[in-house]
Amino acid sequence: MTAYRLTVNATPLEVDVPGMRRLLDVLREELALTGTKEGCGEGECGACTVLVDGAPVDSCLVPVCQVEGADIRTVEGLAGVPATPGDPPVLDGLQAAFLRAGGAQCGICTPGMLMAARAYLDAGGGPDEDAIRDAIAGNLCRCTGYTKIVEAIAIAAGSRG
Amino acid sequence: MPVEPPVVSPHTLAEALDAVADGRTRPIAGGTDLMVALTGELGEPPERVVDLWGLDELRGITVGGDGIVLGALTTYTEIRRSALCREHLPGLVEAAATIGAAQIQNRGTLGGNIANASPAGDTLPVLLALDASFVLVSVRGERTVPSSAFWTAYRQTALAPDELVARIEVPFARGREIRFRKVGTRRAQSISKVVMAVAWRDGAGAGAQTHEWRDVRVAAGSVAATPVRAAATEAAMEGRAPNPETADLAAETLAGELHPIDDVRSTAEYRRVVAARVLHRIIREAGGW
Repeated sequence: MTAYRLTVNATPLEVDVPGMRRLLDVLREELALTGTKEGCGEGECGACTVLVDGAPVDSCLVPVCQVEGADIRTVEGLAGVPATPGDPPVLDGLQAAFLRAGGAQCGICTPGMLMAARAYLDAGGGPDEDAIRDAIAGNLCRCTGYTKIVEAIAIAAGSRG
Repeated sequence: MPVEPPVVSPHTLAEALDAVADGRTRPIAGGTDLMVALTGELGEPPERVVDLWGLDELRGITVGGDGIVLGALTTYTEIRRSALCREHLPGLVEAAATIGAAQIQNRGTLGGNIANASPAGDTLPVLLALDASFVLVSVRGERTVPSSAFWTAYRQTALAPDELVARIEVPFARGREIRFRKVGTRRAQSISKVVMAVAWRDGAGAGAQTHEWRDVRVAAGSVAATPVRAAATEAAMEGRAPNPETADLAAETLAGELHPIDDVRSTAEYRRVVAARVLHRIIREAGGW
């Protein structure tokens, strides 16, 4: 066991775990951040996508020893804290767009889709369909609901100031 | 739960070399292959691991000697974004763009692709076609192995158990052209059924009417136990112009030279036919007919 320091959703913290533990397991089992899903466990499906220093990665393929000192963002870190305590969290524009377009069916791929899309928008990505499809090429939706997911990301890209 | 072998994360290359000196410690770079072994999906998990990710000594893309030098930890994303790679190694940029998708490209490394030695490694035919060499390092020192001598058998390499890939050297070649083509089930996230890189130099002098190809390289993956160069096909094409006769001859020679196998991703027959057709098309497009 080793103590690893990382920042998760803007909160600096320390976890005492074996270094080869998957970031996915640290998030879900140690930190109770179960928004991040395990799909295939081998880097094919993107359900476990989180951002490490802003870059999308499959958290099932990243051992925690490789994120010492890194800034991790998960789906739980998308919504903002409400102005009045007790109010519901303020949805990220991307989350609101997924709601509006109906960009979720069973929901298992959604956290990964949101994080891959967040990285795309953060890098300045626009509403172009081909570019969006390229950005989420590493995320599989087994409900095959891609059309509305792409629409949602385009809405979020288009409504940005 | 996946197995969790003990791991050390050295801060210097010297410490990492000490860690692998026992010959029984597996290095992890981007983890896109090794992490899958922890869940038992792909091969045996390692006994002990040394984490190379923090070694900035193994990063960076520079001009060195008479070529481009890439640190072994260079990721596919870094290759795609590199102005040096885009200018001098467009085939490598193209190959990097076909590997997985953003999540894999942000972690997977060139050195990892080389050392993992999958016959389907998409950058490997490109490295063969570009006459790349690999600098291997251990506590005993450095040595350089040409890519053509590196993959020795199925998932076997010239790496000694205590060696790491330190960097990749790709020599400049004036007037070199390269083409890359990957055939998979879908565009993203697919493992190649056939992957090919073809390089040549235009041998014609100024004002010449024909454009004979010189220093022809034909390299392919997923068609043998290792990434391979097709020596007979290269010899058949050497000194010939990219015309229909050359394309037919090259395709026929390649189909006779390759001995792929049936496996979960494709059949031997499909791979042989498609490899020949891909080469035919590359020659046709280059010849502009």
